[in-house]
Amino acid sequence: MKALVHITLKQGVLDPQGKAIANAFSNLGFEGVKDVRQGKYIELDLSDRDPTAASADVKEMCERLLANTVIEDYRVEIVDSN
Amino acid sequence: MKAAVIVFPGSNCDRDLAVALQQSMGRPPHRVWHRETSLPDVDLIAVPGGFSYGDYLRSGAMAAHSPIMAEVVRRAEAGVAILGICNGFQVLTEAGLLPGVLMRNRDLRFVCRDVHLRVEQRDSIFCRSYADNQVIRIPVAHHDGNYFLNGEDLKRIESEGRVAFRYCDEDGTVSEEANPNGSLKNIAGVLSASRRILGLMPHPERLSDPVLGGNDGRGMFDSLVSALA
Repeated sequence: MKALVHITLKQGVLDPQGKAIANAFSNLGFEGVKDVRQGKYIELDLSDRDPTAASADVKEMCERLLANTVIEDYRVEIVDSN
Repeated sequence: MKAAVIVFPGSNCDRDLAVALQQSMGRPPHRVWHRETSLPDVDLIAVPGGFSYGDYLRSGAMAAHSPIMAEVVRRAEAGVAILGICNGFQVLTEAGLLPGVLMRNRDLRFVCRDVHLRVEQRDSIFCRSYADNQVIRIPVAHHDGNYFLNGEDLKRIESEGRVAFRYCDEDGTVSEEANPNGSLKNIAGVLSASRRILGLMPHPERLSDPVLGGNDGRGMFDSLVSALA
């Protein structure tokens, strides 16, 4: 089974990298991009276990290492590898 | 005074910090590798600048969970003084010893130059050799120095007098132009609630000898010796 972890900046936290990407889009001629927020995507390959327990484990990993909860939110998705 | 400098893979200011400490202390500090799980009996633990663990995940995040840091946190709880400079500041915030976080610089550039700092809190073991509101010139060299914390925590550290230094111009005026990285309220250095832990982005060890072009950083190490010796 896999855990898919999305880490994003909290609302209200400035994201200069996202702004730079948005500017690049306008330089490239893409229109209608109102805002860009950059985040991280982390994939964990887990030994099979109860999905609820796996989700709880990965959330604790987020709290303790993967995310800095002062500025970041995280979302965990548990999926079957097959 | 006895001191230890922690060394992580990717630390690159540990030697400069040891030299600056030795100059004020009169003896060399211990150098302690990150894999150690114990520390000698010391009055000060210094966490140096650099790029510990290649800044993987977030600056300081991996180092904050290295084996030695559990002991550093224990010593901090016992009241041992702790100084974190640049990457060391990032490590201390990631370890939960100081509030806030150091984000990517506002303009996304690595900034490497001398800046001016206003001493906001002479009343700490780190700053007693300076005068209140003294302006000192100290170099910065970082990509992730944009200090941020939430509104409530900001109010708390301001009201408790825990902002140790602010970026300012040569005359001591705190302005947006004098802010090299976008830090909230021009904050360059922060004290813990106990006032025994300081983290700052600028590098006092890099201007602690006139031969290096300035001596304004030496006051911090002299302050520590006068407070802890």
